[in-house]
Amino acid sequence: MDDWTTLGYLASAVLFILGLKRLSRPRTAVRGNQFGATGMLIAIVVTLTDNAILGFEWIIAGLVLGTAVGAVLAVRVQMTAMPELVALFNGFGGGASVLVAAASYIEAADLATDTPRLSAAAGLAALIGAVTFTGSLIAFGKLQESLKWSGFKGMQVVSVVGVAAAVVFGVLMVADAGNPLWIWLMVAVAAVLGVLVVSPIGGADMPVVIALLNSLSGMAAVAAGFVLDNSLLIIAGSLVGASGLILTQIMCVAMNRSLLAVMFSPAPSGAGGPSADDVYAGKVRSTSADDVAMLLEAAERVAIVPGYGLAVAQAQHAVRDLARRLEDRGTQVVFGIHPVAGRMPGHMNVLLAEAEIGYEQLVEMDDINPTFEQTDVTIVLGANDVVNPIARTDPASPIAGMPILDVDKSGVVVVIKRSLSPGFAGIPNPLFAADNSMMLFGDGREAVVSITKALQQI
Amino acid sequence: MDLLIAVTLFVLAVFLGIELITKVPPTLHTPLMSGSNAISGITIVGALVAAGADHSTFTAVLGFAAVTLAMINVVGGFLVTHRMLGMFGPKRRRDTSAQDSKASAAEGAGDR
Repeated sequence: MDDWTTLGYLASAVLFILGLKRLSRPRTAVRGNQFGATGMLIAIVVTLTDNAILGFEWIIAGLVLGTAVGAVLAVRVQMTAMPELVALFNGFGGGASVLVAAASYIEAADLATDTPRLSAAAGLAALIGAVTFTGSLIAFGKLQESLKWSGFKGMQVVSVVGVAAAVVFGVLMVADAGNPLWIWLMVAVAAVLGVLVVSPIGGADMPVVIALLNSLSGMAAVAAGFVLDNSLLIIAGSLVGASGLILTQIMCVAMNRSLLAVMFSPAPSGAGGPSADDVYAGKVRSTSADDVAMLLEAAERVAIVPGYGLAVAQAQHAVRDLARRLEDRGTQVVFGIHPVAGRMPGHMNVLLAEAEIGYEQLVEMDDINPTFEQTDVTIVLGANDVVNPIARTDPASPIAGMPILDVDKSGVVVVIKRSLSPGFAGIPNPLFAADNSMMLFGDGREAVVSITKALQQI
Repeated sequence: MDLLIAVTLFVLAVFLGIELITKVPPTLHTPLMSGSNAISGITIVGALVAAGADHSTFTAVLGFAAVTLAMINVVGGFLVTHRMLGMFGPKRRRDTSAQDSKASAAEGAGDR
């Protein structure tokens, strides 16, 4: 690698850092993303002009195919499907790192240029990369809801055996470095581990998994950087690894669950608490779109709290129309966004942004909570556990201590939901039976559209 | 590169990453994630070397697959982030200020 290449990589690293910094502010985020893309372009051009590259057929084929597929996916994806796409891209990044490590390891073995350091780094890259690859594909399937499988009994034992096997293969990769068999065994066992770790996790825990896989895809690049002795891979991979870790931690705090709890004791059970019949019997009031419109007509301040149901019902544009109509009547409308609402960090914000709702209307949990008492009507749309007051009141509940949106403190709560079925935590929600609550049963989008229509007729 | 220098780079970059990301508002979590995910496609650099090293057909095919996967990650990641960020922005404020100026113009007309 000559000096110009090294300097080019330095320029890329600086652009990545500036890009990430700008990505953290709404005003500069577009520029930040462009910085990142420019850094990547420089890195690719510099690498292609370096004299380590001898043949270009395979490179050109890969660049063309990858660009075409990536562009089509990026342009076609619906905003509601963003979690799936990000999971898929995470997986591809991890998969690429595995292949890079394998190619380097095999080449070094053939040329007898292997060192313990290269072998150990290749082992790590294969392990992290393959876990990221299969884990992301499982996450993709779960998010698409085409995959329901959540594992089998005794799976954790198998996982422990798998981890032990990975350690053994890692040691063998270093001790018997001339043999490419070991890296493929490592890849195989890591691929199984990725499936085993992600399969049991589902629903509301998905934001944590995606953030963690994001971090791992960066760490796989770091390991590949150690294999190739490449500073840019190490720096860029570390930046991504750190950012993914921060997001993982933010998501865990927002659910009041530790990362280990999310990964190893998934699907909190609702057993032991009050049954749905006890909570709901005779106390749930059902309402109609016309009645909700009357309520909204008289309200001065309305809060809308979206959840994953908003994405499922594709209701973001209908909600925007309702909000605009209310604002035209002089009503103040804000959106309360729980950090883990949806299936990935910031999921709700992207959907509402797609519907052209300005980000200054999207209020974070800590900022909106003190204002619910002054809110006349709160509309809960497709959210459940994140507005369940039991998190505050019942220390024995599976969601005890989870920070929630205190919608029950507003004047009237209208819950738009298909049925009284429980959320991910599997527990009934006393909010639905509260004196100031009413349920508007039905599809989220249709319900919002009919409220808007009813408002027009008032 | 000396191993210790590489480890130093790694540790410092992790701390830098933490400092950079800690202050990101929740609104930008999704674009941040897809944007940083595109950056993790930096493994394309290693993939290019593997695909172009002319060592054996097998490693070249591995390299080709790596270039393809990494490029999907890079191109798709940056593009979709750009698409998403294009939707963010203080649009309402612009709308309302436009309405406000119309409204005040109307008021002005009424005054006369």
